[in-house]
Amino acid sequence: MSVQIKLRKGADIKLQGVASRTKVDAPASDVIALKPSDFHGVIPKLMLREGAKVKAGTPIFFDKENDKIKFSSPVSGEIVEIVRGARRVILEIKIKVDKTEAFEDFGATDVAETSVEDLKAKLLEAGLWPFIKQRPFNCIANPDDLPKAVFVSAFDTSPLAPDYDFLLEGREEDFQLGIDALAKFSKNGYVNLNISVDKELRFNAEDKFSYTDDAGKNIEIDYKTASNISASHGAAKALASLKEKYGKASDLFTKANNVSLGEISGKHPAGNVGIQIHHINPVNKGEVVWTVNAQDVAMIGEFLRTGRYIAKKVIALTGSEVSNPQYYNVTLGQNLEGILEGNLKESEESPRFISGNPLTGTKVEKDGFLGTYDSQVTVLPEGNNYDFFGWAVPIQPNKFSLSRTLWSWLMPSKAYRLNTNMNGEQRAFVVTGEYEKVLPMTIYPVQLLKSCLVEDIDAMEGLGIYEVVPEDLALCEFACTSKQPVQEILQNGLDLVKKECA
Amino acid sequence: MKFLEKIVDKLEPNFEKGGKYEKWYPLFDGFATFLFTPKHTTKKGVHIRDAVDLKRTMNTVITAMIPCLLFGIWNTGYQHYSALGLTEEFGFLDQVFFGALKVLPVVIVSYVVGLGVEFGFCIAKGHPIEEGFLVSGMLIPLIVPADTPLWMVAVATIFSVVFVKEVFGGTGMNILNPALTARAFLFFAYPKQLSGDKAWVNTELPEGYSYAENGKYVLNEIGQRVGEVDAIAGATQLSRFKASVDVMKNTKDELGEAVGAAAQSFEAGVVKLSEKFDLWEAFVGIVPGSIGETSVIAILIGAGLLLHTGVGSLKIMLSGIFGAVFMTIIFNTAGVNPYMTVGPLEHLFAGGFMFGLVFMATDPVSAAQTEVGKVIYGFFIGLFCIMIRVFNPAYPEGMMLAILFMNVMAPLIDHYVIQGNIKQRLNRLKLNTANH
Repeated sequence: MSVQIKLRKGADIKLQGVASRTKVDAPASDVIALKPSDFHGVIPKLMLREGAKVKAGTPIFFDKENDKIKFSSPVSGEIVEIVRGARRVILEIKIKVDKTEAFEDFGATDVAETSVEDLKAKLLEAGLWPFIKQRPFNCIANPDDLPKAVFVSAFDTSPLAPDYDFLLEGREEDFQLGIDALAKFSKNGYVNLNISVDKELRFNAEDKFSYTDDAGKNIEIDYKTASNISASHGAAKALASLKEKYGKASDLFTKANNVSLGEISGKHPAGNVGIQIHHINPVNKGEVVWTVNAQDVAMIGEFLRTGRYIAKKVIALTGSEVSNPQYYNVTLGQNLEGILEGNLKESEESPRFISGNPLTGTKVEKDGFLGTYDSQVTVLPEGNNYDFFGWAVPIQPNKFSLSRTLWSWLMPSKAYRLNTNMNGEQRAFVVTGEYEKVLPMTIYPVQLLKSCLVEDIDAMEGLGIYEVVPEDLALCEFACTSKQPVQEILQNGLDLVKKECA
Repeated sequence: MKFLEKIVDKLEPNFEKGGKYEKWYPLFDGFATFLFTPKHTTKKGVHIRDAVDLKRTMNTVITAMIPCLLFGIWNTGYQHYSALGLTEEFGFLDQVFFGALKVLPVVIVSYVVGLGVEFGFCIAKGHPIEEGFLVSGMLIPLIVPADTPLWMVAVATIFSVVFVKEVFGGTGMNILNPALTARAFLFFAYPKQLSGDKAWVNTELPEGYSYAENGKYVLNEIGQRVGEVDAIAGATQLSRFKASVDVMKNTKDELGEAVGAAAQSFEAGVVKLSEKFDLWEAFVGIVPGSIGETSVIAILIGAGLLLHTGVGSLKIMLSGIFGAVFMTIIFNTAGVNPYMTVGPLEHLFAGGFMFGLVFMATDPVSAAQTEVGKVIYGFFIGLFCIMIRVFNPAYPEGMMLAILFMNVMAPLIDHYVIQGNIKQRLNRLKLNTANH
């Protein structure tokens, strides 16, 4: 089974600091944190207090709205602090990691033999359920639902996104096990797994990669040089083999069982699972589709195989301010200081640390913690400086625009060092058609946003609010001439619909 | 520019909430953000933003109008001296100088008055100064005759900023195109001064020159005959087109209703039509008309920039031309009066059609906002423009009314396009429910 989807709208934003394909272990964190704010809409109810000892997989809090959904500690240790904000909202639950690496044992599961109910109960008990999310609303799935489909996207097209073929390398067994389990949850009995068919080896000409030459020496070279030297050279060979290996979706995805393979081509946001659902099996009012991040599928698989909640994942450390962007093996809730310290470039601007990608990620402090669903950490320069007649000068080598009002369109392959400046002030909606250019959906985004602003639920439903979540419109927000907070407006609309209708 | 940054930083606290000049913050903000892209950074949502903003977009539109402005300045002078037969006495530089003296005051009045009203509203309502008027302020001078009294420009500008834009909520909220409404205001409020054959070309004699022999010739300071006055120079092509119909009527009245005579009068109209109409002159723009509308070449340069940068909509422009050609062909086929025999190219190049289509119909706020809607919107602008030109006896130019009418209709077009999308979604839901 496979479907082909060709998307013509969208845009790739090329930034400096693509992670090179090397994986290293992140320095172990002394303290990790669970952030309830990662789970939008969840009202946490604590099950343990400060000072309690926990193992990996010990539930720490549950959702007040649905007490079946529990959230577990990813490590063994002791709860040292519960950080609260305004009106006593729980911001962080900090856990001091001990060296015992003790796990709660839930027992290995034979997926084929276990009933759907038991599978669900097990995932809920061990705190892995929150990795299963649902459309509409992009909230944690309700375990009592029977979704009409389960979708997994095997690639990410957002700026500086990690390469999922590289992230999941060597985890064939766990991934397949996770897919098998998810397929049982779906009404149609399989998982919609979507791969990119026009995947290239995403890198910038200036990015470095290293290879071992004939003499066994490790040599670092940039992609541009490697592409330009003769094919017989070691560097060119190394590059060719890299392209061979990562230039297309890996067998882990293409040879998976129990899946319907979606072959997607197109620019960002083609990798967003929401866009894929829209084209393959759109969500109508009253319908539910579940989605799981590909890495979390493998995590679920590993849990079913071992009976342990092994909260490890691979993240890409990226961005123009990182001196050595690469992949790290981390624990969920990892403190980021370990991988950032000593790994930042000297710069006039102060850095901004983002857990996630530059379009949808969350701003964190340097000693902040990795978000539960994030597979990427990005460091960009802050843009808190004036720009003299910045709106008038057409040639500005460091600025990027999807429109042709600047001359950046002359250099389509250039990778930029973009900062966090707004590049203007917020205005009313004026320019038309620019959102539509970067949103490969049959949805009228501006009209949908306006219906959110006036809180007209009928109009929101009619215009397709059930099919979108903020990340799908993130590129619209980037492109917006009027600097509208698109994702925030949409999130408010979604919250309202959820409150009134669900 | 560090010292300017310091000044801005130093002044800012005075204008912020609780500062001495809190009320004037919009004005301060307007000037500061004109000098610098502000240092605001992203807070929620995306961390990086596209480099384009509304200032840059509006700036692009103004840049696109510069060829029209420059050509208009020269053409104003050229038409003036050419009507007096003095083009040999007064060369290119004199023509530009005369044109600049006529045109630049109109531009200045439009901007000063318009921005003044805008600033007043911003301070009163406490919202930031928005860029919309930067474009309107340039459009207004380009669509009025060069000889328009400055006080009329001021009154029309105030009318359009207050009643077309600010009462609806400012930039981005208006239903009609503000600049075009200013033109409509002038047309309906002062029809005597601003239409007919006298309005378009200034025929005041230069200092020291005088008329001779019933105003047929012009004499210089020492009494030599230097120029022959062009009696019909002041008429625009559109008024000539219109006159062809009048000629037909007049001949008819004189000759009664004989069949052969009717055919003869039709012929007379067609002759009148071709009188002094030169397609090439109309394309280059060396014809009388509003300041910026005459030169199709200058407009096409602007259109090129708008289309290249994606600021102007190709859909609107193309469908507008298509609509006009479509209507013209129907009229040509019918051919009941001489005006109906005017060909498509003549219609496209005459009057304000191209200028209106490129710079006014494409205004994103008052145009249709959906892509399908834009095609329909543009088509009907072209169609109605030609229909009004041919059928409306009161006003030779149909573009202004066609665009304003379609501005009003645009939300309706969008409504039905969007309903189509909603219906599609409902049908999908029904189909799905039926299958299960």
